[in-house]
Amino acid sequence: MAGFLLTGAHPYGEGATDIRLVDGVIAEVGSGLTPGSAEVIDAAGLVALPGLVDLHTHLREPGREDAETVQTGSRAAALGGYTAVHAMANTEPVADTAGVVEQVWRLGREAGLVDVQPIGAVTVGLRGERLAELGAMADSVAGVRVFSDDGLCVSDAVLMRRALEYVRAFDGVIAQHAQEPRLTEGAQMNEGIRSGVLGMRGWPGVAEEAVIARDVLLAAHVGSRLHVCHVSTAGSVEIIRIAKERGMPVTAEVTPHHLMLTEELIDGYDPVYKVNPPLRTADDVAALRAGLADGTIDVVATDHAPHTPEAKDCEWDAAAFGMLGLQTALSVVIATMVHPGLLDWRDVADRMSVRPAQIGQLDAHGAKLAVGAPANLVLVDAGAEVVVEVAELASRSRNTPYAGMTLPGKVVATFLRGAPTVLDGKACR
Amino acid sequence: MKHLLSAGDLDHDTAVHVLDTAERLARIADRPVKKLPTLRGRTVVNLFFEDSTRTRISFEAAAKRLSADVINFSAKGSSVSKGESLKDTAMTLEAMGTDAVIVRHSCSGAPHRLANSGWIGGHVVNAGDGTHEHPTQALLDAFTMRRRLRGGVGDLAGLRVTLVGDVLHSRVARSNVLLLSTLGAAVTLVAPPTLLPVGVETWPCATSYDLDETLPGSDVVMMLRVQSERMNASFFPTTREYSRRYGLDRARLGLLPEHTIVMHPGPMNRGMEIAPDVADSARSTIVEQVTNGVSVRMAVLYLLLGGADIGAPAPAEAIGEPVPAGVA
Amino acid sequence: MAVPLRRCLVQPADVARVIDRIAHEILEKSAGARDVALLGIPTRGAPLARRLAARMAAFEGVEVPTGSLDITLYRDDLRMRGVRALEPTTEPPGGIDGKLVVLVDDVLFSGRTVRAALDALGELGRPRAVQLAVLVDRGHRELPIRADYVGKNIPTSRTENVAVRLSEVDGVDEVWLDTVTEGAPA
Repeated sequence: MAGFLLTGAHPYGEGATDIRLVDGVIAEVGSGLTPGSAEVIDAAGLVALPGLVDLHTHLREPGREDAETVQTGSRAAALGGYTAVHAMANTEPVADTAGVVEQVWRLGREAGLVDVQPIGAVTVGLRGERLAELGAMADSVAGVRVFSDDGLCVSDAVLMRRALEYVRAFDGVIAQHAQEPRLTEGAQMNEGIRSGVLGMRGWPGVAEEAVIARDVLLAAHVGSRLHVCHVSTAGSVEIIRIAKERGMPVTAEVTPHHLMLTEELIDGYDPVYKVNPPLRTADDVAALRAGLADGTIDVVATDHAPHTPEAKDCEWDAAAFGMLGLQTALSVVIATMVHPGLLDWRDVADRMSVRPAQIGQLDAHGAKLAVGAPANLVLVDAGAEVVVEVAELASRSRNTPYAGMTLPGKVVATFLRGAPTVLDGKACR
Repeated sequence: MKHLLSAGDLDHDTAVHVLDTAERLARIADRPVKKLPTLRGRTVVNLFFEDSTRTRISFEAAAKRLSADVINFSAKGSSVSKGESLKDTAMTLEAMGTDAVIVRHSCSGAPHRLANSGWIGGHVVNAGDGTHEHPTQALLDAFTMRRRLRGGVGDLAGLRVTLVGDVLHSRVARSNVLLLSTLGAAVTLVAPPTLLPVGVETWPCATSYDLDETLPGSDVVMMLRVQSERMNASFFPTTREYSRRYGLDRARLGLLPEHTIVMHPGPMNRGMEIAPDVADSARSTIVEQVTNGVSVRMAVLYLLLGGADIGAPAPAEAIGEPVPAGVA
Repeated sequence: MAVPLRRCLVQPADVARVIDRIAHEILEKSAGARDVALLGIPTRGAPLARRLAARMAAFEGVEVPTGSLDITLYRDDLRMRGVRALEPTTEPPGGIDGKLVVLVDDVLFSGRTVRAALDALGELGRPRAVQLAVLVDRGHRELPIRADYVGKNIPTSRTENVAVRLSEVDGVDEVWLDTVTEGAPA
């Protein structure tokens, strides 16, 4: 009986206990467990949570290995406390066939730091014209259940309806990037006071809200599940709240950056703050926090979007959308939700592990920390303060908006199926 | 002053100082010998990512009258269209020993990127960026108003200025609102609602949809150019309707007080936002604005480049006149 | 920072006497100043030129045209400190072509200001001759330039400053000598 014995850990930030991990499962939970042949990890004072699950990650492989690979992205994820990530479909080639999703799945297994669960494209080539072979992807080794044209909106109402209906056959879910394309042609930042002053093409909140409103109605009409990606406006939160009150089958995510950052950061035109959907106002941030707190928004998803330096070291309009997120997500949630008292640790586990695993149908993840559960968990030093050093990020890219910021919380160890992927804050491979 | 990126960078006293300096320099344009040795040995680059012959030659004339070396760098095909990146272009200029870069770019904020990204060490002057700002245009407009209506001295306190047209896409309007309000003028923007930016109610100006109502209370009317690409994008139904509602024709000229001047940053769409006989009338300052542009740009270049390099240690004793005026 | 030692060299009444003497000298040397134009170099050269003109008018009833000549844009030391504000340049009525132009400044020191003034003058027109009048010559010339009319020769050390004050600018007529001690700002 080898394995690991975590001593003095605080599951969900509650009473201290020892946790024994053997053969990929939690074998024992209790005080004063004897080490035996197990490797002892001193977890005194550390918060234990089920391993985090990201519903929205861009790993860039295949196609843009200069920005990120499955290997480097997995390492960033493990260091961020994740044990599973959903890899978005907008790779080159697009993950719109069983072949591509199986390749991504296999690369994830080979990296072995997190479970990489591919997301399949809804339409061929993300072009929004005809459905990709959703069933083939679902039946593949990768067992795809989440489908998204992320980065592009399935704006055609008929196509969206068909996709919602079709994936019911294998209990799939469509994750919609809600962005009305005509209202956002050439859009660069949130439409509002700042866009007017900065002379940039605005991105009205209604372009997001109108699509969400349409989609929840469509989903209810056909009786399918809808997941809304990266909700960014107060209006969107309100629509989803109403939809949920009416029992409509919708779930939603918010990114860490939309919980913390606002459009004023754009005043210097630094494209590190260029992201889709754009950074919004302080009122939107407050509504998103409230929505995440009351469960209107189900999960925090990173939208980790690595980009090469040249994609950001340029004029704003020419820069790529997106920012890194995996390695800082938990800290941002602690700063924006836990410290203000909007979420406790059980809520954090729910929004960052349990619910995303449910939506993505990852049975091995998001389980309650209890005997018999898969040993996917993370140990967090909640009291630590960490300065974000860009050079030390595991991602191959450097486009973090948090550079130089001091953020609370530090991932000390991450375990995937009972084996450490991170120990003492360092990746094991 | 290290850069001139936005008209908002200028506080009241600095703005008046720029205008005063331009006024002094304008006198030199009347002399037989228009050249000054002031910026000898300095290199000024006109970095134009967008065609604008009038702005480029205005800066070129200003720099040459001050004896700066001028390099014209027409970089059509910026990184937006996958040419050489702004960063690489900037680093090339830096390696050539450039003291100031005058930049015109189709992307809002490109001059900020040049100034603040550490790619170059020299001064940056915004010669028009996207739909953001065009601060030297605002300075020359303010200079023209001050000469015509304030005797060429002081600020523009109480002056009623009406800007008419495509405010949404106008860098001239943004810079003018900021500068003119700083100088104490009361600015009113007149446009169809589709051509006013979101949040304009927070700008330091008033707005109106009705030109006829605004004209009698205007000391200055500035007509903004309506770009041809807006004409088919549903901002207004037809050019005819736009012209009827927002164009300055001879009949509307009659609504203006006697002293009111008519301005246009050029190039004009004659017959669209401004009638030909209005553009050529005695009230029109359009030609004067071009002349004043050179003086104002000379002032900006002098104030940026005419002293010690910013960041360089000030010498303990300057030769000839080591101490403030009156002490030698 | 050490406090500089200050010494008053010329009292208000003496400043007036010195200006009177220069006015007499100009009249004498120019045969009644019939083709003279006075060009003051701002800041203090300009009021000084106007005073000289007034005194010459009082002595001989001549109306001597007076102007001011800002030499900032012609300086050779612009890069040595922050940007200087420009002062007005006004041509004397009747211009300067063919005239005997007398440049007027408060203090003659290195001669570089006068050099710049000669450059500036060349682009304003073509005088018959150019002369120089100064209230104080403190020595330490760095260029082959001398004054034709000197109010007061004040031998100085390089560590000293000569400060001319005129009532038009400073509210009082005085000349001070400041001794700047080591390490104090110039």
